[in-house]
Amino acid sequence: MKAAVILLPGLNRDRDMIAALTTISGQAPLTIWQTETSIPDDVDLIVIPGGFSYGDYLRCGAIAARMPVMQAVREKAEKGTRVIGVCNGFQILLESGLLPGALMRNASLKFVCREVKLEVANANTVFTQGYAPGQIIRCPVAHHDGNYFTDAATLAEIEANDQVAFRYTPDTNPNGSVNNIAGIVNKAGNVLGLMPHPENLIEAAHGGTDGRALFEAALGLVEA
Amino acid sequence: MIKARVTVTLKNGVLDPQGKAIEHALGGLGFSGVDSVRQGKIFDVVLATSDRKEAEAEIKAMAAKLLANSVIEDFSVEVI
Repeated sequence: MKAAVILLPGLNRDRDMIAALTTISGQAPLTIWQTETSIPDDVDLIVIPGGFSYGDYLRCGAIAARMPVMQAVREKAEKGTRVIGVCNGFQILLESGLLPGALMRNASLKFVCREVKLEVANANTVFTQGYAPGQIIRCPVAHHDGNYFTDAATLAEIEANDQVAFRYTPDTNPNGSVNNIAGIVNKAGNVLGLMPHPENLIEAAHGGTDGRALFEAALGLVEA
Repeated sequence: MIKARVTVTLKNGVLDPQGKAIEHALGGLGFSGVDSVRQGKIFDVVLATSDRKEAEAEIKAMAAKLLANSVIEDFSVEVI
């Protein structure tokens, strides 16, 4: 399965993501610059890494979400291509409307950089099938605007549709996200956005490998 | 030239941690009569047109497309 990483000015987790995908799949992902208007047909997984696209000057991810490459991502996503957005990538997916909701300033108003625990809320997605339902995994977070919010009707809908992929354990929710939501998928299940950084926990040297199964599943290397 | 001001505010019911922090700070500075504070943003946009109607429609489109996030924010447009 061929992966591509989207590059935007201000992202700073692109190298981590490229290293993770290369280590796990054995081949380096394509890199696609923000001004590109198309993504090659043979790309099966698109990843938008974390950072601070366009300095987050307007709102997190807002300017990036309106760049030409995101129209190409939207077209691929609508055709079923898998898309993962991590941290700023999650913010970009929300701002682009590919996922429902918004990420606001952390309730504490503080930048958080630490390890949290995540519950695998739905182990039946193409991204989470390498985990057991309800499994608790460790994962680092580093963000200022990770407070997931949506109106009550949308929240009820995503809960009813099992679109919550990951939740913070109640004692480690770092940002005040509603229902402890850390990551969600779209209705079709092929677009995932999450605030934590699984790409930073894929080999023993990182202190753990809990993030590895997510990319193995997304790359089609494990089947449930 | 037409100047317009777009005011973006968080929707009612959306938690505003920054507004809360400011509200708390005002209390700490001795302003005891503050009931609540909500923080927003103002964009002053100057358009190279003289058609007020066209300018207003254009600014509203800009606000809806980029300046405000309709999930959490409302906006109002004032042509000055």
